[in-house]
Formats: sequence, C-alpha cells, structure tokens
Amino acid sequence: MDRRKFFSNLLSLSGIFWLSLSKNINAKSYMFNNLKENYMSGKFELPPLPYPYDALEPYIDKWTMELHHTKHHQAYVNNLNKAIEGTELSGKTLEELLRNASNVPVAVRNNGGGHWNHTFFWNIMKPNGGGAPTGELSDAINSTFGSFENFKKVFFDAAIGRFGSGWAWLVISNGKLVVSSTPNQDNPLMDVADVKGIPILGVDVWEHAYYLKYQNRRNEYIENWWNVVNWDAVAKLFLENKK
Amino acid sequence: MAFELPSLPFPKNGLVPFMSEETIEYHYGKHHQAYVNNLNNLIVGTEFENLSLEDIIVKSQGPIFNNAAQTYNHTFFWNCLSPNGGGLPPLNLLVEIEKNFGSFEQFRQDFTNAAVSLFGSGWVWLVETPNGRLEILPASNAGNPITLGKKPLLTLDVWEHAYYIDYRNARPKFVEAFWSIVNWNFVSNNL
Repeated sequence: MDRRKFFSNLLSLSGIFWLSLSKNINAKSYMFNNLKENYMSGKFELPPLPYPYDALEPYIDKWTMELHHTKHHQAYVNNLNKAIEGTELSGKTLEELLRNASNVPVAVRNNGGGHWNHTFFWNIMKPNGGGAPTGELSDAINSTFGSFENFKKVFFDAAIGRFGSGWAWLVISNGKLVVSSTPNQDNPLMDVADVKGIPILGVDVWEHAYYLKYQNRRNEYIENWWNVVNWDAVAKLFLENKK
Repeated sequence: MAFELPSLPFPKNGLVPFMSEETIEYHYGKHHQAYVNNLNNLIVGTEFENLSLEDIIVKSQGPIFNNAAQTYNHTFFWNCLSPNGGGLPPLNLLVEIEKNFGSFEQFRQDFTNAAVSLFGSGWVWLVETPNGRLEILPASNAGNPITLGKKPLLTLDVWEHAYYIDYRNARPKFVEAFWSIVNWNFVSNNL
C-alpha cells in the first residue's frame, strides 16, 4: 500500500470509527463500524493501523508496533474467525459476543477481546500525542480524581498492579469515571468484568506490548506511553458516552 | 528470614542457542530477582515472615502468593534446564510417562499443546498426583501445583518474558527448543 493510500485509509477508518460512536451513544450499539463491515463479509478482518509503524517512536518502537499489529492482533482475528466459523455465533457482532462473554466459548472471549482491545488501543494513541486533556473531560477527571496528576497515578498503579497479562482502563461506569484493570484480553464491555462500562482509555500491559524496548520495566513503558495518548480521541469518547 | 536468589545451575550462556544469554540476564537477573525482593518486602512483619517458601505458597493469596510462587517456580524452572539436556528421560521416569500417556511422543505432544494454548501468562507443569498418577497441569500467572496437593516434576514458563527476546510471538518455536534443554535427571529425581 502506498503512503497516500495508507493515509486515506487512515482517515476513512478514523472517520467511520468516530461516526459510529457518535451515532450510537447508547452502550448497546457501541461498536467499530469497520468491524461491522468486516462482519458483513462473514469474517472479521485486521483493520489497518491508523498511522505508520514508526509513528510512535521513540516511545513505542517500530518493531514492537509491527509485531503487535501484524502478528499478535492478526492472530486474534484469525483465531476468532476460526472459533465462530460454522457455529451459531457466526452472525453475531463482535460487541454481542463480548457482552455475552460468560456464555461463549473461551476462545471467542479471548480472541474476540483481543481483536476489540487492540483495535481500540491503536485508536486512542497517535504520534505527537500526550499532554493533558482539556474541556469537559479534564473537568470530569479533576472532579473524580482530584487532579490530572493524581488520575495518572491511579491509572499507573492499576497498570503496574495487573499481575500477568492484561489491560488497565479508564471506564465510564454508571455515569462515573472509574479506573480498572482486566486480566488477559477481557475488557469492561464484557459481562465478566469487575467494572462494567464503556472504556475511553486503555493500555495494553501484556509483555509483548513493551518487552523489546523496555524488557522487565513496565513502569518505564507506562511513563513513556503517556506521550502517545490521543486525548482528542479519549475526549470524544467521553463526550459521546457520558450520561 | 529473607529469601535469596539461588545461583543458576548452569552458566548464563549455557543454553545457547535454545535460550540466549540476554534472555537469562533478564529472566533470572531481573524478573526472578524482583520476585524474591518483592516477597521479602511483602512478608516483613506478617504471619508469613518465618514460614518456608512452600508454606507461604499454600497459605497466602494475592501479591504475597504471586511473588512466593514466582520465586519457587523460577528456581524450579532453572533446575529443569541443562546445557546437557534433551533426549529421553531415565528409564524409571520413561516407564511412568509411557504408563500414563501411552508413549513419550504422546506426552511430549500433549505437554506442547498445553504450553502453546495456555492463554496469557503462566506455567505448564508435569505433576504427580497423591495417588501416583502423572498429569499435565496448565496454570495461569503464578499457578503452582503444590496448592492442589500435587507434586511438581517438570515445568515450562510460558510468560512472554521467557521467550520474547529470542522468539518474539512464536511461542511454539520456544516450546520446541525447550525439549532440547530439559534436564531429565532432575525431573526423574522428583518422582
């Protein structure tokens, strides 16, 4: 794919992505439109990364992004398709599968979660990100956590405290902002999550997300990751999903 | 009583080309060491302070369990590896494996499948049950068979940190390499 095509895909992907969220404030329809389209063809597909593999350097290196997207994320997509092929679940949206995580085969929960989480993760990061949220999201973070600095500390602790593989999240849960974490590829949309709601920010703390660059130093990875957070995307999710 | 990081039973470059010196530097020098340090910090002034590692594993939960079990699991794992490893187990163990799994090949395949398909971080164990049967036991995160009253014989670490430097996402290649460095003498002495 040439560079121009890549960026045009990127624009349409993010456009469709946010449009679908703005149309569907109701949690029931919270969904990536590009995944819906994939579903129409009977299979889930790996969405293109919304920026080049080296775009998050030096905080997340190109090699990590390439493996993470083309190997790990791709494997979740492939294994999800394999797990639902020819079953009554083929025909459900990804979101329906996740909301019923307790009732679907574990391969569907794990790989469906992996597909959703990574698609989400790519979209809440961007090159030249970082800084601090503004507007209503900033107000909500301050009133919930005392300050942005304190929110970062609570989120950092959740990310560091997740033992093994998993994710840390900022979630709208019952109309409130809550920091939580989930094991493996679970997420707050799932009926099995301790804190259920709409995720608006999340960080992957599987070792594959940071091992090539940071090895055992998950703390350094999280500290650097703040520099690539796409706060505009997070703010948009907040505005569209707050009660 | 503070726990200490035991010395490695082989040189850091002893498992090359199956496991790199760099992997050992991080896995043993950073990860294993951190579990030992965390455990020592966590048990100060608690009921666990003067217990054996095994007792802590059986009696604790949460962060103390995680760090105690990870301390134990890694020490056990290093003992399961050897620069002169691989091949077939000694006869006494081979007979038990054939009795329980049909053949050594079948056991190897079952253990490999368990290791490749364990989702997330964890360990795959070969254990002996109280009634003398051998079983393959996949365990998430810091899981350890002694909490189930089962005796560990062999283990394989499938946390990504165990193989990401050498094999990246290709866990099956790591598991394949593992069979070339298994210390079957250690495993058979655990029976």
